[in-house]
Amino acid sequence: MKRREFLKRILTIAGISLIGGKGNVYGESPSDLSQRAVKSTGNIANRKNWLKYEALKDKQKPKEPYAVLVDLTKCIGCRRCEWACNEWNKNPNKPIKEFEESKDKKPSVFDKIRRTSAGAFTVVNRFYENGRPVYVKKQCMHCTEPACQAACFVDAFKKTPHGAVLYNPSLCVGCRYCMIACPFDIPAYEYYDPITPQITKCTMCFDRITESQIPACVEICSADALRFGPRNEMLKLAYETINKNPERYIPHVYGEHEAGGTNWLYISGVSFEKLGFPKLDKNPIPSYSKNFLFTVKVLEIIAAAPLVWGAYYMISKNRKKKESQDVQSNEKQ
Amino acid sequence: MRNNSWFKEKILLGMDFKEYVSKHATLPFFIAFLILAFSFYSMAYRLLYGLGPATNLSDTYPWGLWISFDILAGIALAAPGLTVGTAVYLFGLKDYKKFARPAILSSLLGYVFAVFALMFDLGRYYRVPYVIGWSWGLNSILFLIAPSKIHPLWYSALLPLFFLISAVFAGISMVIIESTISHKIFKEYIKEFDEKDFDRKTIGLAKALVVSLFVYLILKILDLTHYDNWHYLNTDYGYWYLFEIVGFVMTPALILINAIKTNNAKVVRVIAFVVAFGVIVNRFNVSLIAYNWYIPLSDKYYPTWMEVALSLGVVTLIILFYRFIVRRMPILS
Repeated sequence: MKRREFLKRILTIAGISLIGGKGNVYGESPSDLSQRAVKSTGNIANRKNWLKYEALKDKQKPKEPYAVLVDLTKCIGCRRCEWACNEWNKNPNKPIKEFEESKDKKPSVFDKIRRTSAGAFTVVNRFYENGRPVYVKKQCMHCTEPACQAACFVDAFKKTPHGAVLYNPSLCVGCRYCMIACPFDIPAYEYYDPITPQITKCTMCFDRITESQIPACVEICSADALRFGPRNEMLKLAYETINKNPERYIPHVYGEHEAGGTNWLYISGVSFEKLGFPKLDKNPIPSYSKNFLFTVKVLEIIAAAPLVWGAYYMISKNRKKKESQDVQSNEKQ
Repeated sequence: MRNNSWFKEKILLGMDFKEYVSKHATLPFFIAFLILAFSFYSMAYRLLYGLGPATNLSDTYPWGLWISFDILAGIALAAPGLTVGTAVYLFGLKDYKKFARPAILSSLLGYVFAVFALMFDLGRYYRVPYVIGWSWGLNSILFLIAPSKIHPLWYSALLPLFFLISAVFAGISMVIIESTISHKIFKEYIKEFDEKDFDRKTIGLAKALVVSLFVYLILKILDLTHYDNWHYLNTDYGYWYLFEIVGFVMTPALILINAIKTNNAKVVRVIAFVVAFGVIVNRFNVSLIAYNWYIPLSDKYYPTWMEVALSLGVVTLIILFYRFIVRRMPILS
């Protein structure tokens, strides 16, 4: 970064924090939109959703947490969900046409497998099976027992009764442990923001689903690949779909049990391992550390007593030795 | 300051300022200041421009050299206070009382500078008070929460226990290393130097070192069997694992047994360096090399020169502070 640009940035940051204004810190010229995708995004989705959560807290609890069911056999790779996500969350965006065209362009955005990043809460990747493309949407899976939440030292993550996992930027110290912990490699970080970097990830459009709307990506999907509803209904729908067309699907709903279950569910015609999904067992990731903490407690009970006794024994032995020495030296005198 | 005798006596060691500076204009000091210059530049750069430009960290590798070396290896190598302090003050092994003060000083400096280094890795370092009350120490459940991302040879529910035991032998070997160096460099500060007694105590420390190395080795083998990981040994990661265990735990332990038998303190001193280096290798393996082990080599993380410079600078600062304090306070006498 050039010095002038840096000074400009410091001044804008200072100005904005003084005025208390929200919005993008960076000068908006369309040419550097793609660059901004890796830089700090002036993310406001985190804060907005967290405030909404705080305001609702106990007032509005759905009977059943929500879920999104993704039918990978139906996705056509138009990437309109990416556009809608950026649009709703005020992330750096491009015209929707550019997203749709990317499918046939060469070189294509699909040439490389992408992951979520600071400016993109969701990405669509392309895999090939027997020469046919399979498009896979990737975003936060909203685990039932999130690893990010268990890893966080300052309690900056919350699993809401709606099913969404939310992040509170006003607590985060930026240790990035959540990124280490997430088995799906979802949380991203604003590495180019020196002062107020945030973790960014999909919020399941908490601010929409609490207003009886559906997530932005689900709303825009014209291929019927995304469905939104209570999780038990989505699971039922998933199995119904598989059973109706057993030759089209493999008999596995990804997310039903993976890592203790997630609030995004996937059905597919191709084995999930071939589509970049991690192979996970049924144990929620936090249970690994819970088991350990239990071990520590047991160890404390078993090992603490002998340790204390040992120390006491050594101390009293030394004291006796000293006393006998004192007695001896007294006798000499 | 009209009468600056205190400053002259305590800080300048009885020299006037000119004399003090000219006495310190030596090659080692020149090298130290060169390292510090690069290090301070890196610190300033990271604070002004953020983690993105200063480091090679990414969404795939949220933790790099600073966590592996400054925090994980640093905390382990700062354990002399833990081991010797416990032995002398809790179990009354008065023979080693002379080792206790320098050991506790080095631990204090080690922990203080580990926290100092951590500041640069935290995205929002100014919020560090938020973390107080939570443990960042060697017993923390670090990495327990990433079971699916660490190579099975290094991932284990016993990982915190391994960290603790290896910190014990790291501590003992650091005591041997420190006493070796300070007996060479600070000879003038030690009043009654009995070389034979010093060798005898070094051998005594070697005995404790062997015991802890074998406890670790036995637990490692149990762990390997418990997780049924033997088949991984015949892979590239397996060879590296064997190199770590055989090269830095088993071989040093066997050589130490021989050195104890032949009363060879010199060999003990050399092996102490090997063991301490092995602990650094282990921390790098657990946190960097075995993390994301399925990712192709070309996508792996390697540090920038600024990350290296900052870490070297922290080590230099510890050495300079240690030297400064030892020359002014009754640490070694």
